[in-house]
This record gives sequence, structure tokens and C-alpha cells, in this order.
Amino acid sequence: MKFLKPTLERLSYAILLLIAVLILNFSMLHLAPGDIADTISQSMGGADAETMEQIRRDYGLDQPFIVQLGQYVWKVLHFDLGYSFFYNQPVTTLILAKLPATLLLVITSQVVALVVGVLLGVYSARKPNGLASHFVTLVALFGYAAPVFWTGLLLLIAFSLKIPLFPVAGMIDVTVEGGFFAKAFDIARHMVLPVIALSSIFFALYSRLCRASMMEVLGSDYIRTAKAKGLSESKIVLKHALKNSLSPVVTLAGLQFSAVISGAVLVEAVFSWPGLGTLAFSAIIERDTPTILGILFFSALVVIVGNLLTDLVLRLIDPRIRRKG
Amino acid sequence: MENKHMGTEVEAAAHPLAETARMFIKNKAAVLGLIVLFVIILIAIFGPIFYTTDPEDMVWMAYSPPGEEGFLFGTDYLGRDLLAQMMQGARVSILVGLSAAFMTVFIGITVGALAGFYQGIVEEILMRITEFFQVLPTLLFSMVIVALFGASLPMITIAIGAVSWTAVARITRAEFMRIRSLEYVAAARAIGAKNNRLMFRVILPNALPPIIVQAALMVGSAILFEAGLSFLNLSDPNIISWGRIIGDNRVNILDSSFAVTIPGIAIFITVLAISLVGDGLNDAFNPKLRGR
Repeated sequence: MKFLKPTLERLSYAILLLIAVLILNFSMLHLAPGDIADTISQSMGGADAETMEQIRRDYGLDQPFIVQLGQYVWKVLHFDLGYSFFYNQPVTTLILAKLPATLLLVITSQVVALVVGVLLGVYSARKPNGLASHFVTLVALFGYAAPVFWTGLLLLIAFSLKIPLFPVAGMIDVTVEGGFFAKAFDIARHMVLPVIALSSIFFALYSRLCRASMMEVLGSDYIRTAKAKGLSESKIVLKHALKNSLSPVVTLAGLQFSAVISGAVLVEAVFSWPGLGTLAFSAIIERDTPTILGILFFSALVVIVGNLLTDLVLRLIDPRIRRKG
Repeated sequence: MENKHMGTEVEAAAHPLAETARMFIKNKAAVLGLIVLFVIILIAIFGPIFYTTDPEDMVWMAYSPPGEEGFLFGTDYLGRDLLAQMMQGARVSILVGLSAAFMTVFIGITVGALAGFYQGIVEEILMRITEFFQVLPTLLFSMVIVALFGASLPMITIAIGAVSWTAVARITRAEFMRIRSLEYVAAARAIGAKNNRLMFRVILPNALPPIIVQAALMVGSAILFEAGLSFLNLSDPNIISWGRIIGDNRVNILDSSFAVTIPGIAIFITVLAISLVGDGLNDAFNPKLRGR
């Protein structure tokens, strides 16, 4: 029960945010030079003024702004994001086809970044001046300053062109025969380099924060008590300290969703990963506005859902937040 | 109290800025960063003046490796001199980085100051707007702006500024909330200072240190941002920038791995130097936090 009320509040706020994204989307579309009639007439190779008027009437472009906005929001709330003239498909269908690939890349990278980051952070917190600590600082600087697409390209040059360990591009090799496991293994092989590139931005961030919060927790009274009881060092770190030092790391990870998606766009471009980023890129090149705006809406949706989930996880691991409600 | 360790004679307190500069100079990494940055800016300004090869000219065959035929960095996929391109690119990267950061700081300070000073409903609305902008994936959003409104350099700067001001706004608001309840602000109010004066003359100067640190970091992330956009070929097609050199040369990546690596190193070093300077500023402004 105590879960319910704050969750509902957050949920209704999330819906408000989504509607705001829609309004922004629509206003930008409205402000931008050119409209659907221009796009259609271009694809038909030109049209006279009368046809243009007809198209504008058909698409309701002669209605006042606020009416059009209402219609747009109404349609989107029914999962209708418009029609892509370039792909000749509804935008929702297009996006739903590409979304799994992006989610797979994004979630795997975040899990890898979190696990490696926390492990390195915990390890270096126990030896603040050790080799691991310096390594964390160094990698953190690299992760911050190196452009992610460049990291990706370097990995590509090194590990799939010079030393052909991994495939160069794409997600699935169509020539691979076999059952589920053969296919899964093939996808995993394609994923290695993109995941390393994308998580390189984040894992250093997590390990630095985890190290700091772990060191703080290790200095607190209840850890001294645990030591006095004669518990082993590894038991103290893993059972007592880790849980408490995790919550800042999870909070930070939750704030990174929008950055992860931005990074994913670039990584997808480097490895020709068939996800939303690649779709967004070609939609922009083809000036396919409904698709572009649809992707912006969906990625905002992913960020909002991600934030809600982070909130839930935080409540699960940190009783202090649970009590505050 | 500050001067206790300086011996028996109590010196007059140094100007706070002088104190900050003294602390900054002690930080070797930050000074190194500053020097590197200085050199890069010098190269950006004077490089193209002294090295007059036109970066758009095809001067030799394509993909000539670095060091051969007198081309220090080699030639790109069209046989253009990479060194000349890099110098031209430095100008664009730094210009976009600085102006986007300036815009970020301008929007961020305005929003944060209003929110932190007036509180109540103003704060509620402004912070909701800030949260809203944090939900939009920054790169996608600026891709959309550039796609809909054109890819000129000013539009790219606006696109970067429009998506990255939220951090500055949050920091400014937090500082304003802390400072506005201090006594000297109440004193200024008592002698009849108006709200605008209170905000920008009384409170802002004391809120600046963390904002300056953030602004420095913003220059770095704006450079990364611009590199990303031009890597995706979404920036002005007539302008050479580091990200664009990488994006253009990746078509034949095995022949031109150097033409992809060199601009990346330039971006990396520049952003790293900026971040070292930012860290140094942070430590210099908060001597208490040093050594953590």
C-alpha cells in the first residue's frame, strides 16, 4: 500500500510530461518551414496550388493551431504517430520494429557499466591508493573526454578489421543457421563492440561514485560494529556496506537514461546497428518529419519509464526513501 | 583565522580572486590543462595564418599516410591536407564550444536565478520546465532542431545550448536558495535594493564559483556534442570540423585509420584539458574539499 500512492503520483506526472513532449513536438513541426503538403508534392514531383490546398484540407492543415494540436495529441494517445511517406508505413509500426534492437543495446550497456563499475568501485575503495584506484581515475578521464563514436571506431579498427574477432556491422548474420542458441550467440558476437563503446562513457562514472560512497560507508559506525563482532572483511563489504553504498549509484544511473540514448544514436551509426538511432538518422536525411518526431516521442517515453523504474528500484533497496514516501 | 599558519604577523587577507589563482596554480594537472588549452587556441587562431595550405584544396593523392611527401598528418579521402583541415577544424570546434557554453550559461542562470529567488509558483513552473528538458534525449532533440530548422553554425549552437542548460539552471537555483537567506542579502534588501539588483548584483556574484566550474565543463561537452552532430553529417556541409573529418573519412576506414584517429585525439585532448581546468577551478574555489 505504501508503494501505491507515490507511484500513482509519479505516474500521473509522467503522463503530463509526455503530453508536454507532444506539444513541443507539434509546435516545432508547426514552426519549421514547409509542411506535409510540401513533402507530398515533392514526392509527386511538384503540384499546383489547387492540389496543395486540397492536400492541406485533407490533412486538416487549414484548421487553427489549437485544433490541430488537439487532434495530434488525441491521435498519439491512440498510438497513432502518423504516416511515414518515405517508408510507406505507419510510424508506430516502424518504431516498434526498431525499438527492441535499441533497448537491447542500451540495457545491456547499462547493466555492463553498472556491474563493472560497481565491482571496480568496491575493489578500489578498499585500496584507495592501489593500482585499481588509479586505473579507475584514468578510465574515468577517458570515458569523459573521448567522443563515443571515436571510441567505437577505434574498437572497430582494432578488433574487427585489423584483428577480425568480431563482425564489422549489423546485429544478425542472416547466413547463420541453427536454433535459438546459435542465433543468440550470433547477436551476442555482434553486440560486444557496441556495448563496450557505449558503456565506456558510463562505467567510469559509476565506479568513481561507487568508490566514493563505499569509502564513506566503510568509515561509519555500524561497519566498525560489524568488524568488532569479528565478521570477515568480504562479508562486511558484500553484506553490510554494498547495499547502502549502492543507492547513489542507482540514482546516478537513473539520471543517465537520456544520455544513454544520445550515446546509442552515435554508437548505432558507427556499427550500423539496426535501431532507433539509425532510423532517426535516415529519417533526418530523408526529411521524414513524422518519423523523426515519433522517435523523439518514443525516446522521451523510454526515459520517463526508465526514471519511474529507477524510482521503484531505489525504494526497494533503500528503506529511508520508502519511509519518506 | 585564515592567516594563522602564515606566522606570527597577521597579513591582510588577499583578494579572494588572488587566493583562488594561488590555489589553482598549486594544482599541477589544472595548470597543465590550461597550458594545453592555450596552445590549442593559439594554433586555432594563428595556424591557418602561417600554414597557408587551403584545407579544401586537393593537394596530393588520397590517403597518403602521415609524414610522407611533407604532409605532417597525411591527406584525407579526397587528397586534402589533413593538417590544414585540423587547424580549420580547431577554429570551428572551439568557436562552437565557447558560444554554445555561453548560451547554456545564459539560459541556465536566468532560469535558475528566477526560480531560486522568487520561489513559490515561479519556481514550480521553471523547475518543471527544467525537468521536461531533462527527459528529452539531448542528441536526438538537437538532431531534430537541426533537421527542421537547417544546419547553419548558429543553429547548431542554439541546438546545443537549448538542450544542455538544465544542469546550470539546477546549480544556480541551489546556490540562490542557499544565499538568499544570508544576512547580507537581507541587509541589501533593507537599504532598498530592488529585486533585479538583489538577484544579479547582490546574490549572483557569490553564486558564481560553481556556475563557472560548470560552464567550463559545458565548453567540453559542447565540443563533444558538435563533434557528434558533424560526425553524423548533420552540421553545415561547408564547414570543416573535427567531428566532420572523422565522419567523412570513415567510409574507407582501413586506408584512413590515421585520418579518423588524429581528429579524435584532438577532441580528446581538448576536452580532457578543459575538464582538468574545470576540476582545478572547483578545487580552487572550494579549498575545504581539497584532498578528497
